[in-house]
Amino acid sequence: MGKKTPLYENHQAMGAKLVDFAGWDMPVHYGSQIEEHHIVRRDAGMFDVSHMTVVDLVGTQARPFLRHLLANNVDKLQEKGKALYSCMLNEQGGVIDDLIVYFLEESWFRLVVNSATRDKDLDWIVGQAAAFGVDVIEQPHLAMIAVQGPSARDKVLPLLDEANRQAAADLKPFYGEEHGDWFVARTGYTGEDGFEIMLPEDQAAGFWNALKGNGVQPCGLGCRDTLRLEAGMNLYGSDMDESVSPLVSGLNWTVGWSPQERDFIGRVALETERDAGPKERFVGLLLEDKGILRNHQKVVVEGAADGEITSGSFSPTLDRSIALARVPAQTGERCQVEVRGRLLAARVVKPPFVRNGKAQVE
Amino acid sequence: MSETPDDLRYSRNHEWARANDDGSITIGITDHAQDQLGDLVYVEVPEPGREVEANEACAVVESVKAASDMYAPIAGTVIEVNEALADKPEVVNQDAYGEGWLIRLKPSSSDALSTLMDADVYREFVESE
Repeated sequence: MGKKTPLYENHQAMGAKLVDFAGWDMPVHYGSQIEEHHIVRRDAGMFDVSHMTVVDLVGTQARPFLRHLLANNVDKLQEKGKALYSCMLNEQGGVIDDLIVYFLEESWFRLVVNSATRDKDLDWIVGQAAAFGVDVIEQPHLAMIAVQGPSARDKVLPLLDEANRQAAADLKPFYGEEHGDWFVARTGYTGEDGFEIMLPEDQAAGFWNALKGNGVQPCGLGCRDTLRLEAGMNLYGSDMDESVSPLVSGLNWTVGWSPQERDFIGRVALETERDAGPKERFVGLLLEDKGILRNHQKVVVEGAADGEITSGSFSPTLDRSIALARVPAQTGERCQVEVRGRLLAARVVKPPFVRNGKAQVE
Repeated sequence: MSETPDDLRYSRNHEWARANDDGSITIGITDHAQDQLGDLVYVEVPEPGREVEANEACAVVESVKAASDMYAPIAGTVIEVNEALADKPEVVNQDAYGEGWLIRLKPSSSDALSTLMDADVYREFVESE
């Protein structure tokens, strides 16, 4: 038996198929993963992401600490509520985890990190925080519900506390704010608009049921994965880990190179890799033949070393197979992928594949 | 609960087999198997004419999350395959024992089906897994 989120009984009652995910019993789908995927692209779906780890950093040195801890530059956060996506690197430039940081107060920042990496993340953060005198406070009693899709915000707003409804409606993309003991953010992991809402665990079931009553479809982690893959968003543990840097994981854009004097963990290693020219690059693949691309399949590029698919699946929106892959730097517009003993033709594209319901690739 | 029709035979790899009047055997994956796999997005069937051994991998069914082999429950020669699945793999989810069949075999031995489980035994097998 795995750990259970505050919504476990709701999932059972709504017919979820439950699977183990990083030690948690989580819904993979409620009937059809593909239908759930389409509903998020066309209307609104909700995900229980209460297994994710929320960590507050509290103390006057919270910002200087994050300047050192994160590869992205926390000084991009000047307005309260603004969020930033970043990698947290080791000294070798390898990715310990990717995360979102919210600026709440000058002495209070909130991190959301992956559940599968919770223990090592907390060890690392606590170890690094000591020198800054920053308190690291996990918030295990917060549930988290992501409501995503073109209709998501319209279906959530009427259910929020009236006093906070207008403020939530006015939230800009990638901002969050506190509503008493709730936290509402206009973020997500699907390539669609929507909210991610943190709330006290004893209120989660009631809110979930109210969302269902307002026409929001419960969705499992199965379609969460195909949605994020179409959106070209990385999955930690598949697309990057401690053995690779952001530079070969499609995450160059998240590295805050300037100012030059900001001394973040991993900076020296990243600069060395950048100056030498990365040997690999991170691309999207569209399968042109029939079949399905899968994680770890070999990418064959003429006259170069082999690459590897880091996330491969079926794209319900494009009705074909797509993947993210780490390939040799000299890879051109075409490659082949070894699928069950055969070489299939694939085209190299720049992710995302889908954004806001629309295909981004031909 | 998944369906397990009484008039079919079943393998430990979750294939079903139906004896046709002409002596051929139609084969597919069980309702339990399709339910475990989830939404199918790709099905690959063998070329007609191929000879297969019992328990030989002879088709591939891929769901969103994973690829799985389908094994021939009995030995024989493939005489027909369900071409329609190339464009509509989801039919296996919707109608595993009907339109979702995969291959038709001419069995090597006329009593080959006797090696397979009947519906009651298969139901217990699924329960025990």
